[in-house]
Amino acid sequence: MKFIDEFRDRELAYGLAAAIGRAAQPQRDYHFMEFCGGHTHAIARYGVGDLLPVNVRLIHGPGCPVCVLPIGRIDMAIRLAMDEGVILCSYGDPLRVPASGGLSLLRARAALAGGGEIRMVYCAADALRLAQENGQRQVVFFAIGFETTTPPTAVVIRQARALGLRNFSVLCCHVLTPAAIASILESPEVRQWGSVRLDGFIGPAHVSTIIGSRPYEFFAAEYRKPVVIAGFEPLDVMQAILMLIAQVNSGRAVVENEFARAVTRAGNRKAQQMVAEVFELRRSFAWRGLGELPYSALRIRREFAEYDAERRFPISYQAVPDHPACECGAVLRGARRPQDCRIFGSVCTPENPVGSCMVSSEGACAAHYSFGRFADAKVAP
Amino acid sequence: MCLALPCRVVELLPGEQATVDVDGVGRRVSLALVDEVAVGDYVIVHVGYALTRLDADEALKTLALFAELGQAAAPEPPAWSA
Ligand code: SF4
Repeated sequence: MKFIDEFRDRELAYGLAAAIGRAAQPQRDYHFMEFCGGHTHAIARYGVGDLLPVNVRLIHGPGCPVCVLPIGRIDMAIRLAMDEGVILCSYGDPLRVPASGGLSLLRARAALAGGGEIRMVYCAADALRLAQENGQRQVVFFAIGFETTTPPTAVVIRQARALGLRNFSVLCCHVLTPAAIASILESPEVRQWGSVRLDGFIGPAHVSTIIGSRPYEFFAAEYRKPVVIAGFEPLDVMQAILMLIAQVNSGRAVVENEFARAVTRAGNRKAQQMVAEVFELRRSFAWRGLGELPYSALRIRREFAEYDAERRFPISYQAVPDHPACECGAVLRGARRPQDCRIFGSVCTPENPVGSCMVSSEGACAAHYSFGRFADAKVAP
Repeated sequence: MCLALPCRVVELLPGEQATVDVDGVGRRVSLALVDEVAVGDYVIVHVGYALTRLDADEALKTLALFAELGQAAAPEPPAWSA
């Protein structure tokens, strides 16, 4: 497909690999975090890591919206269907995330006895349509995701108000990328223990189409970390690595944009305005693996309170500890690799995920399970 | 979840909608988040919404840069890629 295949070209990849090999100075090590799950997926799928010199290491970051969803939030969605009898609409990925009591949304669906339903939707507009078609039922959209999925949720909330719908609401779990990057940079592993070395970030692709490149300028300036925004195709990632190496070599730390075909400094202002009209900052939000992070998520503004499932129904967030063996928290902060988890690939698999990083194809554990574990096997005794 | 595709707009529809071409298949997407999209433009589509327009000139520039950097480095695949 146009604007996709060209960015996966094998010959160009070899050329870029050679350029990276030249640029990487043998006496140095380079540790770059790819923040986004989309990058994690592309790196694993296309074997980008194998094209890099041994002293260039990629570390997976927390930018997979499914992976950072805490158990307690999924429990809220399950309770809406089970106890409140609503039609709960969710994107596909969250359906398999483990929740409390051995449940997930999928398992809860099979166990539903009352009037509630759990349905998978492809887009927020489908949930709105269900509300229009089922006037007698309450329909709740389980809204998760970073800045890419937030604007569509804002659109449907505005539409619901314009249509005067009384049976539609949103369980808002939208989170913010800059807050997660800040929490990584402030984490003890990076700041004090030095167990995670970060020389720069591969910045988000589609999140940045919305928020622009400006929000990362703070990290480059304040923490002296280079950021290169990259598209999601393998050549984009390689070019970004090359640009990061060049910055490290010359002692610079600025924001650069490899994904100029879709990202500007200011971002998509129309989408930003809609998000600002409908949402406001939450004082604090629990992230799986990263804990409670201040001002790291959005909630629905009072003006749209009617469409806020947390106000309409008697549900509240209860923190639930993760499975004791699950290392998702450390994986999300780059402190451990998926294969370091004791139950990786044995008890925890994509078919039967124990932790959230194994659920979405963008999760570090799932990406490594699908594409990377055979490479491990080669070096195992 | 975050995967999104560049798709060509083939028809503008009422209500801020459009039909885009995804590998030969027509799909309906919302244009509520973008302004001034015309037939023939490429947009990046995510969960049924166009997030932004794709700048074809910038795409070509990026591709040209890849080729240039690769040629400057080495014509042959490097040893570690074998
Ligand atoms: S392999 Fe499974 S249990 Fe282990 S860290 Fe990954 S998701 Fe968690």
